[in-house]
Amino acid sequence: MTPVLCLFSIMLMPLAAAGLALIHQGLGRSRSAAHAMLATLCALGISAIVFVLFGFSWAGFAGGAAHSFTAGGVHWDWLGAAPFFPNGLSIDPSDPAGLTKSLTLCLEMLAAGLAATVPLSGGSDRWRLAPICLASAVLAGFIFPLFAHWVWGAGWLAQLSANFGIPGFVDPGGAAVIQVVGGLMAVSVVWIIGPRRGKFAEDGMPLAIPGHNIVQVLFGCLLALVGWIGLDSAASILFYGAGPQQVVWIVINAMLSASAGCLAAIVVTRARYRKPDASIAANGWIAGLVAGSAACAFVSPVAAIDIGLVAGLLITYMIEIAELRLRADDPGGAVSVHAGAGLWGLLAVGLFGHFSDGNRAGHMLAQLIGVAALLGFMLPLIYGANLLLNRIVPYRVDGDGDWQGMDIRELGAGAYPEFVVHADEFVPR
Amino acid sequence: MRLVGCLLLLSGFVLSVVALVLLASLGQRFAFVGAGLGVEVLGVALLTRANTAIAKEQGR
Repeated sequence: MTPVLCLFSIMLMPLAAAGLALIHQGLGRSRSAAHAMLATLCALGISAIVFVLFGFSWAGFAGGAAHSFTAGGVHWDWLGAAPFFPNGLSIDPSDPAGLTKSLTLCLEMLAAGLAATVPLSGGSDRWRLAPICLASAVLAGFIFPLFAHWVWGAGWLAQLSANFGIPGFVDPGGAAVIQVVGGLMAVSVVWIIGPRRGKFAEDGMPLAIPGHNIVQVLFGCLLALVGWIGLDSAASILFYGAGPQQVVWIVINAMLSASAGCLAAIVVTRARYRKPDASIAANGWIAGLVAGSAACAFVSPVAAIDIGLVAGLLITYMIEIAELRLRADDPGGAVSVHAGAGLWGLLAVGLFGHFSDGNRAGHMLAQLIGVAALLGFMLPLIYGANLLLNRIVPYRVDGDGDWQGMDIRELGAGAYPEFVVHADEFVPR
Repeated sequence: MRLVGCLLLLSGFVLSVVALVLLASLGQRFAFVGAGLGVEVLGVALLTRANTAIAKEQGR
């Protein structure tokens, strides 16, 4: 392991959260812009505190203590068992266990925050601040650590090789641990709080509620690229032993998959609507990053382009299907971009990955089992937790707040006080 | 309907994991894990329908 390169890569990760924050506030309405940015800060702050104090104990790290049980003659390592309030941290290269633990804590603390920012995009313009804080705490305190342990903490998904003779599930850039888990959280939030008022007409047709600042959205894409390069590199070095040469490929692959995703979205929207759609192109860029992060350390640059192209195509149609057919109001496209593209990326590892063991079928099976665990175990867990939290602290702002905007309703002041307040253009009173 | 959807999701997961434990050949494992994923897709569809119906009932 190269600790300095790993630490440097980890230090780039907050830019991914900054990028996502700009994207989701830019795709929301101007009357909720300050609320969206504050919600991001709250989600990041609370998830960092909760993860460091409690979550890291359950996430664990390779070689650390873990809860396990034996069933069917198989040893199931399912949850970390390190003490609360981490200790034994070290940055001394002569203490590899302490160094690994310290870097893992640092990376996963930021990763938990990134996962907590994903659902904000789905709940834009109507998800209240208090439940956002509560949901972020639950995500960082238990949900994220559980799956992070399975994949990055030598849990049962990482140990498929020892237990079942097939290669372990791989996720070198956090596509499953961060993006799909965050995306499933977004699905649950979108289901529970329902669409914004005025999003759907009486006959069920969705009405366009355009984002208020597309320049910030596109700038957010550039920031996210830097953050994603850091995330992909750091996780690959720390959990899969990538060396400096491999990191070069990871950087190239991240750029290529993002570019391919963006271009695919531009071409499809140009072909279908006569002009390229900037917000869908931005979503294509992020979808390329998300899908590419699943396979960043194991694919060639050509495969990274293929993965990005499919991700860009996929989200263009997924966003439309979610609105037109499923009546889901996801202002930032979090469900399609993070859950949809993330799942595609995980499968793409099996299709395009180059592994030294040459067992492509085994890797594909391992990735399918990871996807089954995400949909079959994590989704009901996340959905159930959100239903429960919604009972305790109602997620949705009241009817007045819906058209008034989250800034005035929850913060008492708008993000752009000098702007003239127009009569509501989109929501019938 | 939401409960049934969640139960379908869990059933699909259990099917996939049990296939790993009980079956040895790669082909059989693929078949059962694929079937498990199919059950999970049904669960997601049911959950989606249930939540769409709730949103319609609430007039949103």
